[in-house]
Amino acid sequence: MTYRQIFVAGLWQQNTGLVVLLGLCPLLAVSGTVVNAIGLGLATTLTLVFSNLAVSLARRVLRPEIRIPAYVLIIASVVTVIQLLMQAWFHDLYRVLGIFIPLIVTNCAIIGRAEAFASRNAPLPSVIDGLATGLGFCLALVALGALREVIGRGTLLSQAGLMFGELGESLQLTLIPDYSGFLLAMLPPGAFIGLGLLIAGRNWLDARLSGQRERDATTSEPTLDIKTAA
Amino acid sequence: MKGMIRSAIALGLVAIAGTSLLTGVDFLTADRITAQERRVILEQLGQIIPGQYDNQLLDDRITFRDEPHFPNGQEVIAYRARLQGEPRALVLKFNAVNGYNGNITLLAGINSDGSLRGVRIISHKETPGLGDAIEIEKSDWALDFSGKSLSNPEPDQWAVKRDGGEFDQFTGATITPRAVVDAVRLALEYFQANREYLFDTTAESAESTSP
Repeated sequence: MTYRQIFVAGLWQQNTGLVVLLGLCPLLAVSGTVVNAIGLGLATTLTLVFSNLAVSLARRVLRPEIRIPAYVLIIASVVTVIQLLMQAWFHDLYRVLGIFIPLIVTNCAIIGRAEAFASRNAPLPSVIDGLATGLGFCLALVALGALREVIGRGTLLSQAGLMFGELGESLQLTLIPDYSGFLLAMLPPGAFIGLGLLIAGRNWLDARLSGQRERDATTSEPTLDIKTAA
Repeated sequence: MKGMIRSAIALGLVAIAGTSLLTGVDFLTADRITAQERRVILEQLGQIIPGQYDNQLLDDRITFRDEPHFPNGQEVIAYRARLQGEPRALVLKFNAVNGYNGNITLLAGINSDGSLRGVRIISHKETPGLGDAIEIEKSDWALDFSGKSLSNPEPDQWAVKRDGGEFDQFTGATITPRAVVDAVRLALEYFQANREYLFDTTAESAESTSP
């Protein structure tokens, strides 16, 4: 696999949130606003990059029978480091994301990438894979967060100050002024419905794109006339 | 057998590497995290008692438990504000336990004469859009507590309107404000009965914890 293929797979074809459907618990729970989504998405991406790197470096030492406990140790260490760093430098955001930072440990997407990719590949491709998978997850989170925030509150990037400091306060967009809010979108059912819509949208787009590619490939050769096909 | 030992050593090495990494990062971040936590609490306390004291609020505090007034064996923290050694006010941090969904953690600022200086909700899991109007960011409801005391309104008026009291409830959410009103009333009753202890500089904490 080329780096490009690894990247496209993580971001689109094998997107954790929308295709493989791993790590749904944080995806559904923290996607109430865009800022929360970016925060958890980036923390998960960092975790994936470093856990993949560590697993890949240690892959020759870790015999099959101890690999799972070793992965758990590695992932838990990486997540705890990220948690401490967030507490020190992004304390307000940490307080909002709360329990979901330590719970990154239990996101099966991470142990999944360690097992399926990092344990069989060199460090650099593993890092790329972690980055792509993480960004794919982040993308799904942000898309769902944006959907829910716009429908639920009529804003985008509210509370951006939690992540970007003073500068972030001015980032908030009020798309629908005097919006009374649509509670369903903020509650758990809204997360499920939104995720369903996103998956459907991705599948539709994917089908269109692959249909396009097939048509492009077939136009060069003499094809069945549409009229005869009809 | 040899394979088993090698596996054990490999796993041990991973554990040692992880532990050393964590120890290092903890060492580097511990001071900053403590400072951040103090900043957050000071900001919260500052909303209730701005200025008007000259002692270190975070250091002049006691923790205690009291079953009927603060249910479920919770630990209550009292931050004492003094001006030139004279008690001015204190802030109690405690939980209202009868909310719709889990504990509602609140701060209640009480003047030395027993009147309420203000109440703020600092964390809760109530329903967004319904019960979360107790947050000062969402509505002015919490401001209604300012200036209230056990004699104002009368004890039987210390309830939400649906229960015949004086405090507003929200459309579609009575349980949340009822829980907060009850908890604040109980805290005031505790204050009235234990004022000396709460301001006592020599009072021993039940046990000390980080803020």
